[in-house]
Amino acid sequence: MKLIIAAIKPFKLEEVREALTSIGVRGMMVTEIKGFGSQSGHTEIYRGAEYAVNFVPKIKLELVVADGMADQVVETIQTTAKTDKIGDGKIFVLDVNSAVRVRTGETNDDAL
Amino acid sequence: MKTKYLFPLGAVAVAATLPSVGFAQDEAAVAVDNAFIFNTLLFLIGGFLVFWMAAGFAMLEAGLVRSKNVTMQLTKNMALFAIASIMYWMVGYGIMYPAEWLVEGWLGPFFAFADLGGDPAVDVGYATGSDFFFQLMFCATTASIVSGTLAERIKLWPFLIFVVVLTGFIYPIEASWQWGGGWLAEAGFSDFAGSTLVHAAGGFAALAGAIILGPRLGKFGKDGKVNPMPGSNLALATLGTFVLWLGWFGFNGGSQLALGTEADANAVAIIFANTNMAAAAGAIAALILTQVLYGKVDLTMVLNGALAGLVSITAGPLDPSLFGALWIGAVGGIIVVLTVPMLDKMKIDDVVGAIPVHLIAGFWGTLAVPFYTEGTNFVTQIMGFAAIGGFVFVTSLVVWVIIKSVMGLRPSEEDEIAGLDVSELGMEAYPDFTKG
Repeated sequence: MKLIIAAIKPFKLEEVREALTSIGVRGMMVTEIKGFGSQSGHTEIYRGAEYAVNFVPKIKLELVVADGMADQVVETIQTTAKTDKIGDGKIFVLDVNSAVRVRTGETNDDAL
Repeated sequence: MKTKYLFPLGAVAVAATLPSVGFAQDEAAVAVDNAFIFNTLLFLIGGFLVFWMAAGFAMLEAGLVRSKNVTMQLTKNMALFAIASIMYWMVGYGIMYPAEWLVEGWLGPFFAFADLGGDPAVDVGYATGSDFFFQLMFCATTASIVSGTLAERIKLWPFLIFVVVLTGFIYPIEASWQWGGGWLAEAGFSDFAGSTLVHAAGGFAALAGAIILGPRLGKFGKDGKVNPMPGSNLALATLGTFVLWLGWFGFNGGSQLALGTEADANAVAIIFANTNMAAAAGAIAALILTQVLYGKVDLTMVLNGALAGLVSITAGPLDPSLFGALWIGAVGGIIVVLTVPMLDKMKIDDVVGAIPVHLIAGFWGTLAVPFYTEGTNFVTQIMGFAAIGGFVFVTSLVVWVIIKSVMGLRPSEEDEIAGLDVSELGMEAYPDFTKG
């Protein structure tokens, strides 16, 4: 099983979700995050005082899929979430030791 | 005419003649003092509008502090209003409007628990209770000003103890000098609704507190660096500003102190219009100036600008023309945009800009009176401002120092960093992981 972590632009979430469910992904977790990569920060002014805004809002997707599906999932996210502009995000793939479905106790691939 | 209308019409015709049938001999005895009623009504309506300003302050301050301090800010606002209400009854009203001066023109009697009496005080011209109610609200407003400046790094109870002294003694004493018919009124000082008596006074008490208390941790860095701490909810801050704007119609309009004649009604109308104009001009001035200075409009400065406009017209909302209200309010807005960074340079941490809005614009409003009000002059205006300002600043300084040495003012560094909501109150304003 693979854990896929993806940081994408927030407005792309709905598109990515739809694309993933249409290739058979049955679950994912979504968090609002802030971050930076090559998209650098900028300065703002609040009541006359300057401050640096280093972090930009993004959405983090986390999903665990069977080994066979991983490549397709990564490709789907990448092609759907890209806008050809800086700040489109990144995708990481990690190995997963084990998985359990809370309701039934099923493990590993049966849990996905 | 159809017959079905005859009976009801007939009944109405008979009823219309009833007052002159058999009741005529009572008319003279029941002559109503309409002036008394209208004057009282103005105090009551003006009074509850000024009461509504307490909600405005609460929302404005809650919106401009960080989320970890919102509950504390709201608690301070609720409590200070309640304290003002009680202290004003217990001692404040008696000092401010002495039946008999302790020191003629300077000091009224202590603990003259306010008594509204039984019968209407028709010869006075308005119900005593309505005057008490109305003036109480002004006392509470003065205290509200202080809570904004000192936000995010003051413990609750030391602050409330200061409020007890401010609302029971400091405010009523200085206000008695003018509105209580004391020495300032005799000297010809003019402050229609309280640019100095309420706003600058509150500002001075806040300034004294800010100096003794010190800035928030991390606010000022090395080499004069100023670290902004953006507010948690600008929607609340904006709502609060509009609420204050609404309440101000009562603040200035009610200060006509009479509605019993056409002239009074006309005056109140002019006051409402001027008050609104000054707020609008202050907001626009801040809008334009922040755009020019920073390349972007700063909403929090626009909010402050509107309030500064309101404070600026408060000393003389009746006599200026609408254009007069406009430029007086606009100057207030400009003052705020320029003095907020100035306070930062002086290392005075004023979380919501209360000192620029109330103290500095309050001075401007007081100074602007002679432009339109006959019988006033700049020298007397400055003297009145200096006298009240000096008195409030010095007494506040003393009280803050005493409270600080007896019980301390600041939470520990850890508590301040964690936020006053969890450390002092154990109650988050925006709790995250609750039970479903």
